[in-house]
Amino acid sequence: MKILVAVKQVAALDEDFEIRADEKDVDEDFLLYDLNEWDDFSLEEAMRIKEESPDTEIEVVVVSVGPDRVDESLRKCLAKGADRAIRVWDDAVEGSDAVAIGKMLAAVVKKEAPDMVFAGVQSSDHSHASTGIAMAAYLGLPHAAVVADLKYSPGSNKATIRRELEGGILQEVEIACPAVLTIQLGINKPRYASLRGIKQAAAKPIEAWGLGDIGMSASEVGEASAMSRVRRMYVPEKGRAQMIEGTIAQQAARIIEIIKEFKGA
Amino acid sequence: MSNILVIAEHRSGVLRPVSLELIAGAQTIKQAGDKVVVAVIGAQADKFVSELSVEGADELVVVKSTSVDFDPDIFEGVVAGLIQDKAPKAVLIPHSVDSYGYAATLAAKAGHGFATDVFKLEYDGADLVATRGGYNQKVNVEVDFPGKTCVVVTVRASAYKPSENKGSPAVSNIDATGTASRSQNKDYIELGGGNDVDITTVDFIVSVGRGIGEETNVEDFRELADEVGATLCCSRPIADAGWLPKSRQVGQSGKVVGNCKLYLAMGISGSIQHMAGMKHVPTIVAVNTDPGASIFTIAKYGIVGDIFDVHEELMSQLA
Ligand SMILES: Cc1cc2nc3c(=O)[nH]c(=O)nc-3n(C[C@H](O)[C@H](O)[C@H](O)COP(=O)(O)OP(=O)(O)OC[C@H]3O[C@@H](n4cnc5c(N)ncnc54)[C@H](O)[C@@H]3O)c2cc1C
Repeated sequence: MKILVAVKQVAALDEDFEIRADEKDVDEDFLLYDLNEWDDFSLEEAMRIKEESPDTEIEVVVVSVGPDRVDESLRKCLAKGADRAIRVWDDAVEGSDAVAIGKMLAAVVKKEAPDMVFAGVQSSDHSHASTGIAMAAYLGLPHAAVVADLKYSPGSNKATIRRELEGGILQEVEIACPAVLTIQLGINKPRYASLRGIKQAAAKPIEAWGLGDIGMSASEVGEASAMSRVRRMYVPEKGRAQMIEGTIAQQAARIIEIIKEFKGA
Repeated sequence: MSNILVIAEHRSGVLRPVSLELIAGAQTIKQAGDKVVVAVIGAQADKFVSELSVEGADELVVVKSTSVDFDPDIFEGVVAGLIQDKAPKAVLIPHSVDSYGYAATLAAKAGHGFATDVFKLEYDGADLVATRGGYNQKVNVEVDFPGKTCVVVTVRASAYKPSENKGSPAVSNIDATGTASRSQNKDYIELGGGNDVDITTVDFIVSVGRGIGEETNVEDFRELADEVGATLCCSRPIADAGWLPKSRQVGQSGKVVGNCKLYLAMGISGSIQHMAGMKHVPTIVAVNTDPGASIFTIAKYGIVGDIFDVHEELMSQLA
């Protein structure tokens, strides 16, 4: 029995960032990398299933598409208890969109043949909310997005999920398995890595796969294969916020004034 | 001369307002001779005909399916069929939990152009250009779709004002064919707030986000809220962590604070999903250490600073 968890290393912006001269992205020097927040929850969900069935042998495999730096995030997943980590990369992958990444992840899934596949609902940097579900397209597997609750016995051919809809309403759905589920924040309480886990993770290998390992070619990835192309990235107008300047005492006094204005009205 | 396809969204027998916004959005990329075709899918889709008969909708296709509500397999199959039939240059789908479940499979399988969470569409010459946010909404990104004859975009709610004036589209009825569902809708569960306050009714809110750092700091801000007579609310991570009840969460999957007039946002970055619950509030005061936080794009007043310093100073001046 195997659960595959697709994870991403996301980029956040440094406070004073600069857009690249070609205006297509932020200058790489201003990017801070970390594991996507949603992926903490999907890894935890896999670990929960594993730990709740001690009598079943369950392997949790984390997979990411990305360059060398991504090893750090995969290492974090291993430290939290994932059994194996796979990183897929080729320089030709640079510039790929969510759909192409989904296609590569699907190729890994085909090779690994897991019983259940998780991805995060979205990534906190570009919020496409597409990769996990695009992966399902290339696998032809049943799929559901924004899963906030999962009842699944390892190896079962169906699961009961709750999709979290707008307004916090949950929709209970029965879905055939193996399935691809995108996991929502709050489905569980993600653990922190233990010191022991961190030590053990340092010794575990991260499998480095190339396009050849997943039976894909350079022409299927990269910007040329993408469903959209970035023309321009820019910082939007700051809108209408009137900044309250001055000392902290003056700022607090102004807030109190605003509260009084509101109460007087 | 081409078609623009708009997919309406409904849930539990109620049309979601974003459907009418997308009909309005379609007008912004309509060129001479183009037609806006609106499709509504469901076992009882015909009940939405009159609501969807608005200005700007040229055709309305009612697709009778076996599922009352959303189903990813059925929706994907129906929309793929409509794309074959109508050969649209663009397909507009609401960016919502439903579309998260099928827009990507739809676009991936057919190789259409694809962009999600788009809030602006326009033509630059012959090129369709879509604008979306990036890096947690700190930048805007313009994308285009070279070589794509059909482009699927999911469009953010509130990006367009709804089309509301009565119209008279040509209505046709078809049956959904050839799509077997692999999931079954069972039930809806609404999490009640118990005895907690109903935050949709209150007019003054102090709201805390991940900036508060630790659970023990919640008390400080509860004191502040009590002191000024406000209701303490929060962004999602605070409710997910169990530091405040879910009934206090503002946003897309929490509550829309429809009655609020003054909203003090403390250590909240301003994600799209949070703003969905509060951006309408007339007076938003945001405190954030990051001058680039997107909350400042909708706030009326902003302070770049530490919420703990502001808290301490407020408490001492109020004492
Ligand atoms: C389907 C879906 C539904 C969702 N529904 C909701 C919803 O209903 N409500 C919701 O809120 N989110 C929702 N989210 C999550 C949303 O995407 C964000 O993850 C969330 O809103 C972030 O909360 P935040 O602003 O508190 O945290 P962050 O984005 O981490 O922001 C924290 C902010 O605090 C600032 N800060 C840190 N320390 C300090 C300090 N000492 N002083 C001042 N400022 C400080 C930082 O600069 C930062 O801007 C949803 C997501 C999805 C995918």
